[in-house]
Amino acid sequence: MSAQASSGRGEEILSVERVSVSLAGREVLREVSFTIGAGEFTGLIGSNGAGKTTLFRVILGLTAAAGGSVRIAGRPRSRRNPLIGYVPQKFLIDPDAPLRTRDLVGLGLDAHRYGFALPSRARTERIDEMLAAVDAGRFADQRVGSLSGGEQQRVLIAHALISRPRLLLLDEPLANLDLHSGNEVVGLLARIAREQRIAILISAHDMNPLLGVMDRIVYIAAGRAASGTTGEVVRTSVLSALYGHHVDVLAVHGRVLVVAGAAGELAGASDPTHTHSQVEIIP
Amino acid sequence: MSHALASIFAPGFFSNAEVEVAATVGAAVAIVAGAVGVFTVMRGQSFAGEALGDIATTGGSGAHLVAVGPLWGFATAAVAAAAVMEMIGIQRPRGRDVATGVVLGAGLGLAALFLYLDTNTTGATFVILFGSPFAITSSTIPLVVVFGALSLGLVLAIFRPLLLCSISPEAAAARGIPVRVVGGLYLLALAIAVALAAVTIGTILSTALLVGPAATALRLTRSPGRAILAAGAIGIAATWLGILMAYDSYYWPPVHQGWPVSFFVVTLIFLGYLLSGLARGRENRAAARIAAREPALERSIG
Repeated sequence: MSAQASSGRGEEILSVERVSVSLAGREVLREVSFTIGAGEFTGLIGSNGAGKTTLFRVILGLTAAAGGSVRIAGRPRSRRNPLIGYVPQKFLIDPDAPLRTRDLVGLGLDAHRYGFALPSRARTERIDEMLAAVDAGRFADQRVGSLSGGEQQRVLIAHALISRPRLLLLDEPLANLDLHSGNEVVGLLARIAREQRIAILISAHDMNPLLGVMDRIVYIAAGRAASGTTGEVVRTSVLSALYGHHVDVLAVHGRVLVVAGAAGELAGASDPTHTHSQVEIIP
Repeated sequence: MSHALASIFAPGFFSNAEVEVAATVGAAVAIVAGAVGVFTVMRGQSFAGEALGDIATTGGSGAHLVAVGPLWGFATAAVAAAAVMEMIGIQRPRGRDVATGVVLGAGLGLAALFLYLDTNTTGATFVILFGSPFAITSSTIPLVVVFGALSLGLVLAIFRPLLLCSISPEAAAARGIPVRVVGGLYLLALAIAVALAAVTIGTILSTALLVGPAATALRLTRSPGRAILAAGAIGIAATWLGILMAYDSYYWPPVHQGWPVSFFVVTLIFLGYLLSGLARGRENRAAARIAAREPALERSIG
């Protein structure tokens, strides 16, 4: 929205301008615009199916936009963009797969190259350094498949970071984690953004775990997006305009609840997940 | 000592030309099958491997009809089937089984026809389906080496992109890796490896050599490079032991008639897999003990 001028923001790393996407004849995103500056921590918030993954795919160049443009560090996006690191949501690893933590992180360095990686001291040192940075050195030689969800998430972050990108995209990294592991991952990401000036764009269906660390928020609903600081975006007026009907933004015990069900829908629905509700009730 | 050795190696084992050819081809095939097989297991494409082997029957029986070497037939049929599977949609995890199943059905229909037309050679049918390394002529060795080098070279050339594609196609695509091309090249390597395995233990059993040693290696090793080496070693051990036992079985009572090599090879691979499960179970229990201890450790430090 009108947030661009409000903060003294640094160099622009990602600029999404009026991006529209249609998949199988259905408009998924309509004129989505936002920017991310160097080292900024941005939450991409929206309910499941709101188009968060599609937006990531457009930024990565895997899905073509029907309109609009994506610029990375001021330049049009290229096919293989070394400036972007990506942590996918799905990860097909069998507990038996012969892949140690250090092998997966090493793939982050050179998976696009042909042939074998010859072991070298420089390569090993860089991998060890990266593992230490995400506090994963302890299980460097264990099979990735045998790690817990939170540990795997840290390894995937190391895999994406080792090629030294300027922007890190994470697709729902907190989705399958317990509260404690989730907070650890968020803390790690905030530290990376702050210390290494790497911009972070993290998608989530619940904004609450991110409230303490987000510099900015991009809120997606009904195919459109509003962006700015949380204070600017998470308001009854802004989100009502976005959803196209009245929503309530409630602050309860330091948590934000967005009650976005259409009038009467929430009360009448037997299963609240079938409404557009963003209500999160966690004890 | 020499008596003990003589009871393990039946007379003439080391001077037998057929044994020598069988052992050479068997080792070459086991190395290729091990490397390709590690990825087959990691990618969950065992069914595709099995289907390619079954379809190789079509090529083998067709080759026999027109009197060319069986390996040409195996390889042609398997590569053609792999190409059709790729086009139908094997690159999509959900399309995988359907693409494989549809092509498998069509291929086996042809195999039925070819084996039916070839009425007077039941021996050939048995060799195609269940293999016999003793039936391999030494003139086949150069072709085995060329095909083997092609398949192994392909897998090693795309090793890193293939590894990432096998674990996360999304992450691979995000890095600009052409996921579909890599998958297609791998399928080609798989088809050739299956054809080679069919030469030693037959079309029906070829997946056993492909998947068995690899699955065992996965349980015993932690890194992809070591898994490939271990799978090759396990494959060679099973093949050579199988050849030895089949050779010895000519002297076994009551019938003094050689048993099929394939039976021994496949059984040894299966036993190895079961044994590796015991080793893996011990490792898992050790890991569980460490994991159980860890939180206490963290508390005492923090």
